Amino acid sequence: MEKDEIILAFESSCDETSVAVIKNGDVIMSNIIATQINSHKRFGGVVPEVASRHHVEEITIIINDALTEAGISYGDIDAVAVTYGPGLVGSLLIGVTAAKTIAYAHNIPLIPVNHMAGHIYAAAFVDKLQYPLLALMVSGGHTELVMLTAPGEFSIIGETRDDAAGEAYDKVGRVLGITYPAGKEIDRLAHLGQDTFDFPRAMSDSDNLDFSFSGLKSAFINTVHHADQINEKLSREDLAASFQAAVVDVLVEKTMHALQQHPVKQLVVAGGVAANQGLREALSARLATEMPNVQMIVPPLRLCGDNAAMVGAAAHIMRAKNIFADETLNAQPNLNFARA
Amino acid sequence: MITLALDTSNKAMSVAVVQDGELLADTTLNKMRTHSEQLLPTIDRLVALSGLQPSDIDRVAVAQGPGSYTGLRIGVTTAKTLAYTLNIELVGVSSLATLAANVRSDAAIIVPLMDARRGNVFAGMYQWVDGALRNVALDKHVALDQLLEEVQALGQPAIFVGATEKMRLAISATLGGSARFTDALNSLPRAARIAELASGMQPVDIDSFVPNYLRLTEAEVNWLHAHPGVKQTNYVEKV
Ligand SMILES: [Zn+2]
Repeated sequence: MEKDEIILAFESSCDETSVAVIKNGDVIMSNIIATQINSHKRFGGVVPEVASRHHVEEITIIINDALTEAGISYGDIDAVAVTYGPGLVGSLLIGVTAAKTIAYAHNIPLIPVNHMAGHIYAAAFVDKLQYPLLALMVSGGHTELVMLTAPGEFSIIGETRDDAAGEAYDKVGRVLGITYPAGKEIDRLAHLGQDTFDFPRAMSDSDNLDFSFSGLKSAFINTVHHADQINEKLSREDLAASFQAAVVDVLVEKTMHALQQHPVKQLVVAGGVAANQGLREALSARLATEMPNVQMIVPPLRLCGDNAAMVGAAAHIMRAKNIFADETLNAQPNLNFARA
Repeated sequence: MITLALDTSNKAMSVAVVQDGELLADTTLNKMRTHSEQLLPTIDRLVALSGLQPSDIDRVAVAQGPGSYTGLRIGVTTAKTLAYTLNIELVGVSSLATLAANVRSDAAIIVPLMDARRGNVFAGMYQWVDGALRNVALDKHVALDQLLEEVQALGQPAIFVGATEKMRLAISATLGGSARFTDALNSLPRAARIAELASGMQPVDIDSFVPNYLRLTEAEVNWLHAHPGVKQTNYVEKV
């Protein structure tokens, strides 16, 4: 029997400092996550300089917690992995710098991980992945359809032309007076209301797999402002339900188009917005009736948001492909997969 | 004792390996803006050229600030992670004291300066007393005009060190002949000076070690202004 592979993984691309120890790509020995959300709530969104400062405060504490909980020593570690992009450059730099330093101090190989690859490979903790597979990647900063033809081979077949879905949630939340981050609360309100406003669904019918949410966002804001001007009180629940229905319709429709154009066995729903109940329900309902043979994988809630376990899972794939970085590794805030 | 010393607080990046007060190796890069790419390879090279392994290092000494926020974080994160993971001592040294230590004169107040833009500077006041560099006025973020008034009030000759080119006219206009300036070479931070200053200092707690930014972020200043009296709590929590 082969020796277990142990990866020490780092994630600091936005406002979570996380370090994890992952065995053989799919066993979580530890996954420590420190969130700064209560800090950024003060400002109505993530302030990059504040985020960077918090990461420095946390980094060695989180490394120590992860190593202690996993009960391993440096001699057991086969690779140190780190998210080097995309994300906030100042935030990314803390994880990259700490990971490089640990790798240097103990002469351990370093693996650079794309944050989006991490989100997709969170699915590896749920089930064995089969290729080709399609991933719907929805988060605060990204809305993408990504094809994986083989392990670690990514190409974008559809992406947003303006706002990411999560961004639209935050902007609409602001109009409703919901404090940042708005996604969870809009999801909750939406389940109490009805889709009565019939907001526009952008490009739902075209063969093109790109998304657009700016028209929806404008329609929503105009509706609320118009009502304010004539002193009409609109139902927050119905507004939230109508907004979410439009977002979900676009995401589901494009994903179904993508599945028709690119037959796969598995659909991975990844990223922070994958936690959205409305999206999960709508997607699994459509799949059940139209493509019952496609398996939908949604990582558990804790692995949908930013965390280092997912980085360790992706690094396991990169290690098998011999993808390593040297000590000059830098943060790449605009890192992205290639467009197909 | 082997000390690894580093400074990434401004444009220049400096790294040194020092053994019991003797310099083994050092490097200063003055035009490389990507400290994150250059710092670790430079540490690796200097430690190896000194015939050492990372595990031979006994102490890490780092310029703790003030300076460029991103630059400071690269140096401080490298230093605290290295100290943590090798279980060795960590010492933070003022980036301004580091500059002041380039001036070896006890006949004047030494005023290290960094440009903080919009007429402001990061500055401190230092003086050599019995062979030790003493802090005369705390490092702070201050308008250049106000700093010059404070220096003038001391009524002593002053030597300015650091990136002073753009401010020389203003300094001389206020202080006249009592203000002098170091040459360009001595205005660069040298990590070996950090090791020297650190040798007389106690090691600090690693986990709580952060840069001395000397400024709150703009977002926090505005928030505090809008929320007077609200007590700061711990904003980061494990989930
Ligand atoms: Zn993310």
